[in-house]
Amino acid sequence: MTVIATESLSKRFPRVTALDRLSMDIGPGVTGLVGANGAGKSTLIKILLGLSPATEGHAAVLGLDVATSGGQIRERVGYMPEHDCLPPDVSATEFVVHMARMSGLPPAAARERTADTLRHVGLYEERYRPIGGYSTGMKQRVKLAQALVHDPQLVFLDEPTNGLDPAGRDEMLGLIRRVHTDFGISVLVTSHLLGELERTCDHVVVIDGGKLLRSSSTTDFTQSTTTVAVEVTDNDTHPDGTTALREALAARGVATHDDGGGLPGAGHTVLLEAESEETYDLLRDVVAELGLGLVRMEQRRHHIAEVFRAHDEQAAQGEPEAAPGAAPEPAARNATAATAAAPATAAAAEQTGGGRDAR
Amino acid sequence: MPADSTQIHNIGYRHYDGQRLGRAYATRSLFSQSLRGAYGLGRSAKSKVLPMILFGVMCAPALIMVAVAVATKANDLPVDYTRYAIVLQAVISLYLAAQAPQTVSRDLRFKTVPLYFSRPIERVDYVRAKFAALSSALFILTAAPLIVLYVGALLAKLDFADQTKGFAQGLVSVALLSVLFSGIALLISAVTPRRGLGIAAVIAVLTITFGAVSTVQAIAHEQGSDSAISWLGLFSPITLIDGVQTAFLGATSAFPGQEGPSAGTGVVYVLVVLALIAGSYAGLMRRYRKAGL
Repeated sequence: MTVIATESLSKRFPRVTALDRLSMDIGPGVTGLVGANGAGKSTLIKILLGLSPATEGHAAVLGLDVATSGGQIRERVGYMPEHDCLPPDVSATEFVVHMARMSGLPPAAARERTADTLRHVGLYEERYRPIGGYSTGMKQRVKLAQALVHDPQLVFLDEPTNGLDPAGRDEMLGLIRRVHTDFGISVLVTSHLLGELERTCDHVVVIDGGKLLRSSSTTDFTQSTTTVAVEVTDNDTHPDGTTALREALAARGVATHDDGGGLPGAGHTVLLEAESEETYDLLRDVVAELGLGLVRMEQRRHHIAEVFRAHDEQAAQGEPEAAPGAAPEPAARNATAATAAAPATAAAAEQTGGGRDAR
Repeated sequence: MPADSTQIHNIGYRHYDGQRLGRAYATRSLFSQSLRGAYGLGRSAKSKVLPMILFGVMCAPALIMVAVAVATKANDLPVDYTRYAIVLQAVISLYLAAQAPQTVSRDLRFKTVPLYFSRPIERVDYVRAKFAALSSALFILTAAPLIVLYVGALLAKLDFADQTKGFAQGLVSVALLSVLFSGIALLISAVTPRRGLGIAAVIAVLTITFGAVSTVQAIAHEQGSDSAISWLGLFSPITLIDGVQTAFLGATSAFPGQEGPSAGTGVVYVLVVLALIAGSYAGLMRRYRKAGL
């Protein structure tokens, strides 16, 4: 079953091409739509809601043509905009009840669904207070609730983690995951941060300059490797547990290497190739012998960011970068060359995100 | 107490498979929410204060007149039904200046409009619901004192046929006034999302035009060019209503020297009123074309 299907969908404005012959099929589940600012994400959502006609091509949402059945689509779809959209002087309950009625729910059902939905997104007593006094995290929950209150089959979430702190981000991402797993509602979530979608989505679609760059499932993006990542604590006999582990493993003939990813805590992570099940046993025994605490031992996964390595290498070889969000860092990009391309991309993505939040 | 009855049950997510009433119902919901909002109902206590005070101010003179008429056993009410809204036009302007921005600019300022348009209703439904809501709110404000006058007149045992005719003419006049004034005020508020600016702009348009028109009319009257007076009335909303009701609804004009338009000129008045209503509707439709998402 296909939830969203587009076929050579194009949208041209007098001076820019927002979407350029975009063809894709999106199935049920949580789908991430990734792209820099101006990549065409919002334009795509507008077309899919039947609010803006495509210049050419076709699109269907839940099997309904966007050009002719906009009203029917909007009855079955929820939309959470990127920007603020809440009046400060009414309570969350009043606001969401009104929005439920605007989706066609009778008054009694609207009230009941509002109470349920607000509870599911994690708003309790505060829902009777005016929205003006809410934190950003609570406002995002109200925005999500108004998109879910009429029990849609599909929701479009436009940058739902914008402006949230790391803890708030995690909670929102967990909530989005639950929208699909617990509520059975398909989700199309946009973001310009790849790292977020890696944990949340079943499928990721990357667009850039209105073109489809890549579309595949998250497991394809982040297949398991045979590399094992280990993190240990220090103790009195071994003030530097990581080094002690490294030496002990080297003594047993197991080669280790550093985590070159440059991620936080990289210096404290030991990577080694797991040749068989016995490697895990050996590791356990060594750590126990040294009397260290085992913080983490896991199969390392590829990060989605690494997927961009290939694309970025092309960019570094002189092909001009189309995405406006990435434009300010061409020098940094070329300087980092191929070996360090992945972390550079990640950093660039984070910077774009930061800039947008600050705005 | 058995253990199982004290458990907290997490009932989980429940799907909704009841009715979905669609676009017409959603439009009606928006209408009733906006109409209630125009009197501060369903909003904070603070936002009820001004509309309720203005409603009281609008009705108080009618109550006093009725009391006087009943006590003195007068043969007629001190003010005509058609004249009442003209006399209290300042209250109407204040009400519109406060409530028109509330009706439309709030949605624009807090960017709630995209949430409406991501639901079954279309742009035309939104504009119609808002237009109808403010017109109805203004009609309630202007018709309520007429009802007070009419009931009072009947209690004072004034001539029934006379009073009923006057009352009906008054209702038609304030209905026209409500639609015309709402259209103008909504359009002004929709292009100025900043609330303070909207309030000032609405008051300015309604009162400055009236001030200018009546000044020029007074000068024309002084200089004896009486035919100019009725044509000048075309240039402000309240004198337009005055002209229409003088020509067709048996009212005596508030123009200097009571030089209201004749039936022939009155047709022009009606056409201008209708053109303004249609124009403000078209202007609103145009305004929301870009406000989508």
